[in-house]
Amino acid sequence: MADLNELSEKLSGIRQEIKDELLKIENSKHAFEYRKSIMDSKTGKIGSLMREMGKVPNEMKAEYGKKVNEIRTWAQEQFDELETKLKEAEMNLRYESEKIDVTMPAKMQKRGNLHPNTMVRNQLVDIFGSMGFEIYEGKEIETDYYNFTALNIPQDHPARDMQDTFYLSPEFLLRTQTSSGQVHVMEEQEPPIKIISPGKVFRSDDDATHSPMFSQMEGLVVDKGITLCDLQGLLNAFVERIFGESTKTRFRPSYFPFTEPSVEVDVSCFQCKGCGCKLCKGTGWIEVLGAGVVNKKVLDGCGIDSNVYSGIAFGIGIDRIAMLKYGINNIKLLFESDLRVLDQIDD
Amino acid sequence: MLVLLSWLKDYVDIDVTPDVLEEKLFSCGFEVEEKYQVGKDISKVVVGEVKTCEDIPDTHLHLCTVDAGENGILQICCGADNVKAGGKYPLALVGATVYATAKDHKTVEGLMTIGAGKLRGYDSFGMLCSGVEIGVTGDMFEGGDYNGLLVLPNDAVPGEDVKPIVGLDDWIFDVSITANRPDCQSIFGIAREVAAVLKKPVKEPDLSYSETGVTKDFKVTVEAPDLCPRYSCHYVYDVEIKQSPLWMRRRLTLVGCSAISNMVDITNYVLKEIGQPMHAFDENYLEGNAINVRRAADGEKIVTLDEKEFTLNNNNLVICDGVKPVALAGIMGGLNSEILDTTTAVMFESAKFARENIRKSSSALGQVSDASARYAKGVDEYSCNMALKRALHLVEELGCGKVSSTHFDVNTGNSIEPSELKVLVSQVNGVLGITVPNEDILSILSYLNFQPVINGDELTIQIPAYRSDMESYQDVAEEVIRMYGYDKIVPTFMPTAQVTAGGYNLQQKTELKIKRDLCAAGAFEGVHYSFFSPSDLDMIKLPEDAPERKAIKLINPINIDLSLMRTTLAPQMIKAIANNQKKGILEGRVFEMGSKFIPKSLPLTEYPDERETICIGVWGNNEDFYSIKGLVDAVAKSLDISFDYDVTEKTFLHPYRTAKVLCDGVEIGYVGQLRYEIIDELDMRVNSYVAEIDLRLLTGYYGKSRKFTILPKFLEEKRDLCFVMKKSVTNAQIEKTIKETCDYITKVELFDVYEGIQLGLDKKSMAYSVVFTPRDEEFTAAFIDGEVEKNLSVLKEKYDVTLRA
Repeated sequence: MADLNELSEKLSGIRQEIKDELLKIENSKHAFEYRKSIMDSKTGKIGSLMREMGKVPNEMKAEYGKKVNEIRTWAQEQFDELETKLKEAEMNLRYESEKIDVTMPAKMQKRGNLHPNTMVRNQLVDIFGSMGFEIYEGKEIETDYYNFTALNIPQDHPARDMQDTFYLSPEFLLRTQTSSGQVHVMEEQEPPIKIISPGKVFRSDDDATHSPMFSQMEGLVVDKGITLCDLQGLLNAFVERIFGESTKTRFRPSYFPFTEPSVEVDVSCFQCKGCGCKLCKGTGWIEVLGAGVVNKKVLDGCGIDSNVYSGIAFGIGIDRIAMLKYGINNIKLLFESDLRVLDQIDD
Repeated sequence: MLVLLSWLKDYVDIDVTPDVLEEKLFSCGFEVEEKYQVGKDISKVVVGEVKTCEDIPDTHLHLCTVDAGENGILQICCGADNVKAGGKYPLALVGATVYATAKDHKTVEGLMTIGAGKLRGYDSFGMLCSGVEIGVTGDMFEGGDYNGLLVLPNDAVPGEDVKPIVGLDDWIFDVSITANRPDCQSIFGIAREVAAVLKKPVKEPDLSYSETGVTKDFKVTVEAPDLCPRYSCHYVYDVEIKQSPLWMRRRLTLVGCSAISNMVDITNYVLKEIGQPMHAFDENYLEGNAINVRRAADGEKIVTLDEKEFTLNNNNLVICDGVKPVALAGIMGGLNSEILDTTTAVMFESAKFARENIRKSSSALGQVSDASARYAKGVDEYSCNMALKRALHLVEELGCGKVSSTHFDVNTGNSIEPSELKVLVSQVNGVLGITVPNEDILSILSYLNFQPVINGDELTIQIPAYRSDMESYQDVAEEVIRMYGYDKIVPTFMPTAQVTAGGYNLQQKTELKIKRDLCAAGAFEGVHYSFFSPSDLDMIKLPEDAPERKAIKLINPINIDLSLMRTTLAPQMIKAIANNQKKGILEGRVFEMGSKFIPKSLPLTEYPDERETICIGVWGNNEDFYSIKGLVDAVAKSLDISFDYDVTEKTFLHPYRTAKVLCDGVEIGYVGQLRYEIIDELDMRVNSYVAEIDLRLLTGYYGKSRKFTILPKFLEEKRDLCFVMKKSVTNAQIEKTIKETCDYITKVELFDVYEGIQLGLDKKSMAYSVVFTPRDEEFTAAFIDGEVEKNLSVLKEKYDVTLRA
């Protein structure tokens, strides 16, 4: 290292070499290796220059150091710049190579859902539970007494014909209505009583629109001063919540032995808003439930003083609500566990 | 029930349209299921007067000019043999709709629209019609059955609508009658309601007749008063059997009852009009001048009018003459005393039979008639009396016999006079929740024939005998509100009620949680019938003495496949799996939560045990024993408990892939793979798995409070250990041993199983990840190593387990 000129020449040689070489480098691995060959403090062309400081005469040391530092800083900047550029290019390549078809089917966690009847039942329980109704689950196998006699349907009553009954013995039968639970509750509890009783019921009917087993929900209120007006108020609140705000009810006279007066309750068609459509058969109304003021004979028979207390009761077809709500066209589909059916409805 | 509007009008003035009448009936509790004009299918048919009529040479046709009033004079070709100039006939104009008939000109083959046409080259602008073509039979209009043109009366005006002339403008209402109102099962019964709802007086049927004074030696006995609360009959002689007059035949025809002969028609007419079944015996064939109402002897036989023979028993009620049964009481008369053309004397019967007995006899014998259907709904004594009078009146009106003075009325114990009911107006309004003005209450109840009187708060009404449904203030409230209008009810929200707490209880909540957790594990909830088939028990190959075979039988099932209360949920689940596979769904998970029915005694003498059960079904090539076991464990997880499993056998499950499920040592169910034989029998395409768990045995775990475990202060240590052992050693054995050996071990998880030649044929390798949880201080490596060593030596000793090299 004779003098600084020689150094300058050498440095500008290296500078040129780096400039040339950098143009050729195409990937970051190569860039890393080249950088090492230049910058490594032991073997690098620039890095090693500092090791030669010892051989530089003292008066030149300052200048020498300055020049070497200059070129080192410059080279580092060059390498950094290149590496940034290369990384970016490489990332872009990687991203490009990972291009996917976002319209391909999603990966789903397998998940089942509840039966439509359970969903409706939960909704009914939400609604009536919030109004203070407890849930009473009666037995599917009942006695003639609880299913009929205690509900004011004695042996030779015409109403027995209304429901074709499956008998298991002269005394025991498959309940034809969830109303049978009413009597158990009234025997066991003192008023005030507010219960709903959902469950399976059975009638000897098996055709296109009937299933020998279906689901009902009985509702019962027994307290002081309960009237037909309360029945309508209660049912209005219910239908608005299950079928939508603007749904209205209509009462028309009917007959159930355990209520007097008895009414069929129609709701304004929630599909056409009462204008008339296929669902409501053009009438604007859909029949959804039967109800009435509890017959005093039933109250008296259960040991509840009908001079003090009165009651209202209603019975809703759970399957019917499910079918109406979800547009299921055949009740039997509900009992076949066909996954094509069960998979459709998740409410 | 079919109601003919013109018949109804005999008893009440109806000045509203059929649509309004339907609405009124609906509002007071009588739904009109269907309503139609008698001539609903016929349109644009007018009176046509044939002006000229000439034969068309070489054909049977006639070329006519027909006066169609304001429709002009039309040229019409007509093939009927009775067409002639000056005659008036129904004329279907171009565009009219009439019935199309077959070649016989009698059989209706649908509807047709008349167009202008050409016959044999002659233009024809319409069609002259026969009775059949406009839906008129001989029982509806004179000449209706003639195979040619229907001849209209001379005073018919050309161009006028033909419907009113032949009665096609009448209306039929099919009214649905609720079970509490058997009194409305007749024209007159409906008339009473219509009168009330229209606020018109009801006109009473004409019941007048005069007896000739002639008597007949005859005896009536009722030996079975329990089954025949009332029996009345009347003797009619000098009977002349012939066709009934047209008006009677027409009415019967239009309400669905064929006309036969005057005496028989009178009984049917009275049934439809008054709602009382009647019977007419040919008195000449009643032996011994007697009628006896008694139970049939076992094995006694009778041939009914429709020539069917029945063998009777003690449960059947029969009407007998002095010797033999002549009628199946309340169901059908006997062939031996049938009214024939030769009949000259008749005994008219009008009786009340116990409805339940008629209903049971009718269904047991499989013999149903209008009368039996009517009795099954309930006939009151009031109509018994009225009907007999009405029938005798009709005998006189038709002039077809003489009314004798021989009349019997047995068992007249029950009054047919009105009974009094006193209620409070405040009670009535208390039921309704609104205050109906007293004058409205009085008006409504008056029109319903209750003769109400209000005195202060007290309301007194007279209940007619036909209203046996009226018993309390609630019944009065219903009568008032159905006429006052349900639209006057003002919705309220139980302002007088006390606040109560509601919602699901613990059991209901827990069971819903289990369902939701199974859904989250990929299973769909299904619901199956509570009854199944005896063959379902065979399908799962249960031995004859299996407890599941002790099932409750339905006495009257729809069919054998729905005849047993289920004692296990598995067969229906298996069938549901098979059905899904048939429909091409080759992978799925379903569960059902429902009851199985375990009798405590058979036949039932007490409530059986309804046991809440979960059944799980899984099928598909990506499923295996362990995936359904995962669902069973999901139930355990849902309850925050754990289940143990041990090998077991089930008749319908794989002998080596079946486990019983245990909870705290109690067997609560099973899980396993379905046997291949069943897979084949049910044409399944993929392997299927079933589990069943008795939820009742788990209720004790419901609502167990969940406590948070405080996180360890120090890091847990995990060691993976790979063992080699005999194939017969089970995972449960290893897991249990590892856990028992060191109480710092909180988790043992199998993560790999390997079997291979290099291990030896009877060996396998299982790899576990074991977690040590520290308590008060950090673990040292030496401590963990020590514990592992301890574990290894115990495993070695118990099961000859070694560490895999």
